Amino acid sequence: MKETPMPETMTTESHVHHPDYVKIWAVLVALLLVSVGGAMSNIRVVVLVAAFGVAFVKAYIVAKNFMHINVEKRWVPYLLLVMIAFIVILFTGVAPDVMKHGGLRWSNDAAKQAVESGMKTAPKNE
Amino acid sequence: MSATAKPIANTRSATGIPTARLITWWVIASEIVIFGGLLAVYLMHRLGHPEWGLAAAHTNTLAGAFNTFVLLTSSLCAVLAHKAADAHDGPRAAKLLRLTSLGGLIFLTIKGFEWTRDIHEGFVISSGGFWSYYYTLAGLHGLHVLAGMVIMLIVAADAAKNRELQRVECIGLYWHFVDIVWIFLFPLLYIAR
Amino acid sequence: MSSQAEHAGSVHVEPGFFKKYCWSTDHKMIAMQYLFTGMAMAVIGGFLAYVFRMQLGFPNHNVPGFGIVTPGRYNAVVTMHGSIMIFWVAMPVLVAAFGNFLIPLMIGCDDMAFPRINRLSFQIFLLSSIVILGSFLVKGGAFGGAWTAYPPLSASGAYNLTPAGAVLWLLAVALEFVAFLLGGINFTVTVMNSRAPGMKMFDIPIVIWMIVLASLVFMASVGPLIAGAVMLLFDQTLSTGFYDPARGGDPLLWQHLFWFFGHPEVYVVLLPAMGIVAEILAVFSRKKLFGYKSMLYSTWAVGILSFVVWAHHQFVAGIDPRMANVFSVTTLLISIPVAEMVFLYIATLYGGSIRLDTPMLWALGFLAEFLIGGVTGIFLGASGTDIYLHDTYFLIAHFHYTFVPIAIISVFAAIYFWYPKMFGRMLNETLGKIHFWGTVIPFNVIFIPLFITGLAGDQRRVYSYAQFAEQSKPALQHLRTTSTIALLVMLSFQLFFIVNFFWSMRHGKLAGKNPWRSTTLEWTVPSPPPHGNFAELPTVYRGPYEYGLPGRDDDYWPQDAPH
Repeated sequence: MKETPMPETMTTESHVHHPDYVKIWAVLVALLLVSVGGAMSNIRVVVLVAAFGVAFVKAYIVAKNFMHINVEKRWVPYLLLVMIAFIVILFTGVAPDVMKHGGLRWSNDAAKQAVESGMKTAPKNE
Repeated sequence: MSATAKPIANTRSATGIPTARLITWWVIASEIVIFGGLLAVYLMHRLGHPEWGLAAAHTNTLAGAFNTFVLLTSSLCAVLAHKAADAHDGPRAAKLLRLTSLGGLIFLTIKGFEWTRDIHEGFVISSGGFWSYYYTLAGLHGLHVLAGMVIMLIVAADAAKNRELQRVECIGLYWHFVDIVWIFLFPLLYIAR
Repeated sequence: MSSQAEHAGSVHVEPGFFKKYCWSTDHKMIAMQYLFTGMAMAVIGGFLAYVFRMQLGFPNHNVPGFGIVTPGRYNAVVTMHGSIMIFWVAMPVLVAAFGNFLIPLMIGCDDMAFPRINRLSFQIFLLSSIVILGSFLVKGGAFGGAWTAYPPLSASGAYNLTPAGAVLWLLAVALEFVAFLLGGINFTVTVMNSRAPGMKMFDIPIVIWMIVLASLVFMASVGPLIAGAVMLLFDQTLSTGFYDPARGGDPLLWQHLFWFFGHPEVYVVLLPAMGIVAEILAVFSRKKLFGYKSMLYSTWAVGILSFVVWAHHQFVAGIDPRMANVFSVTTLLISIPVAEMVFLYIATLYGGSIRLDTPMLWALGFLAEFLIGGVTGIFLGASGTDIYLHDTYFLIAHFHYTFVPIAIISVFAAIYFWYPKMFGRMLNETLGKIHFWGTVIPFNVIFIPLFITGLAGDQRRVYSYAQFAEQSKPALQHLRTTSTIALLVMLSFQLFFIVNFFWSMRHGKLAGKNPWRSTTLEWTVPSPPPHGNFAELPTVYRGPYEYGLPGRDDDYWPQDAPH
């Protein structure tokens, strides 16, 4: 086990390579425009892909190029993915009760009512 | 910053990652479950209540999009600050961090106007399911923006004197995380309808 | 590679009273702050137990030192007993106090990686303690909606009759969560990065692993509850309807968010307790801990599984019955790694040279009592039997047979074991043994009758059965009264501990560096350790449990001895 003391005034020699950040920023802004433009479409799938697909891509670009997560020790992105996995477990365990409004011998009438009356007033555009 | 000497514990690095950056990753990990929890809960409601799309139609997409642009640009400033710190250019890093912080201020100001308009139209936190989640999600995010700004200014004050430059990268990491949360909040609250 | 002579700290000026006791960043002082705060809160939590057991054992009589226990006051007392014991006793003592004291010492460094964040964590925790105690004094009194705070009872002041108390409770819990998030992250970073040269991952003492894993489990599980708590706070104060079905919300959502944290939380407190017991068993059997790696693998398994069992607290709450099937299976599965850990302890004892000093008595007591707790959990984990047993006194007895070993027995084990290091003097053995038997025997007499009354159908959170004809089973009253009297006996014996603890600080036998002849690093420094801990920071050459090695003069081989 190597002892690697780090005197307080000295920063580490750069552990990352610095690309052209302005270019990356430009890509992000372009993607933002895509997502806003796509959101104005009338086709549901286009809206969803533009909005959420682009979001995932933008998040990945920020994580990789701004946070340098890919040159970090491998366990760091794994740790963050594990945290996300816990949220997926949470969703899986709770959604059957909260997202659905009925199941085996139970029914959430108040929620069903709210959905019905809400959708009745919906303008017919989707 | 106070003159207390750092303990040896702070300078060791059995993992190879400096302690400041290591603790930043753990903070981000814990924030993922906080925001993730709230987002997951919102998502399951939103999927079960298609009629919330009607309420969501009243959010100001232009403000949301512009705010996304503001945060992306401030993230650019943050990572350029990191680059400057790596080059041991403390004053430049400080300037860029202060610009980042300014971006946060612009973000919060726009949000202030946006919410004022929403409230005038009668949409308050208790106006129904969608709005409750909208204000809570964006509010929690806004609090993190504010906290980030404050810490950033403190780090900048030291960086300007070429001190504690390793913290520039760390506060930048936090800021990028806050940016990523907004990258997901934007479509969830403003676009999906 | 030998360490350079690293000298921790520079020229040292003796600090004044305020800086030394109230504003210190030294991990040992912060540990004492957590320990004494936790112990004070334990007195309050114990007093609350006295109050409601008096009501249950002698219904509707005036309780000396309290008064008449009205229904509202009963609800507040049981709520606060649970909340205080879990959040302001078990967690601060097991995780924060012992984590703070032991981590830098046992891994061979001079303090935590971030001492000022450490101090901030305690200050936030202290604030949370003040808030929760303050809630007793507000209009309506302390929160009375049970420590689980289910809405709509917890969301509506009209229902819980303690609107101010409810808000303060929520704020106190939220502050406490923030304190432990900060503290836990500090612990994790310190153990990951600041170990002595030569201390590889599998040379770390088990108790340190356990405290770190507990911190991680806490961190990963508390997030959704923080979100949920903010939502509940808004329901209480801003008329939102997150948990109100009439407004589009769902009370079941709170339950899920609460227990998604609540179940891992019990392992957050269990892990340090088991770690403490592991250390003591090795030292007092003069034998290597059996299966160090198996212990770790089992602990990782428990940690991960703990995230997929939570809805066993909600079997009768109206969750989809098909989910109940899933959670039954996972709950029964989690008993396997825990059992494995108990087997490893037994294997450690087997063939050992057992010394029954007081710390060892407590450690063995933990094993025996926790076993009962674990086994009775099986009945509750199976959804079929849980339909009958849920919210009866059977459940209360089960979780006290797990919580009391965790929060009381293992804490006493740790105090008796590390007191010499903390204060430089030995606790009195005779008083210690009297304290041990006077605690453990009455403990069983409190809760075994409650298994029986629970099986007979006694419901929890009912202030008096006299008002509920179908529930009152007068034939069982003698069991309830026996339980109360046993509690009074158990509380009285704590005096032996209090006297011993404070008297020995000044008059106990001087301890020296290593009275228990242990191998781990904290026993290589003076008792109590000086600021900076190590005059010369150690290098580690072997694992932490080298006992009973043939061919050596001594029966133990310290971690930092080169030969």
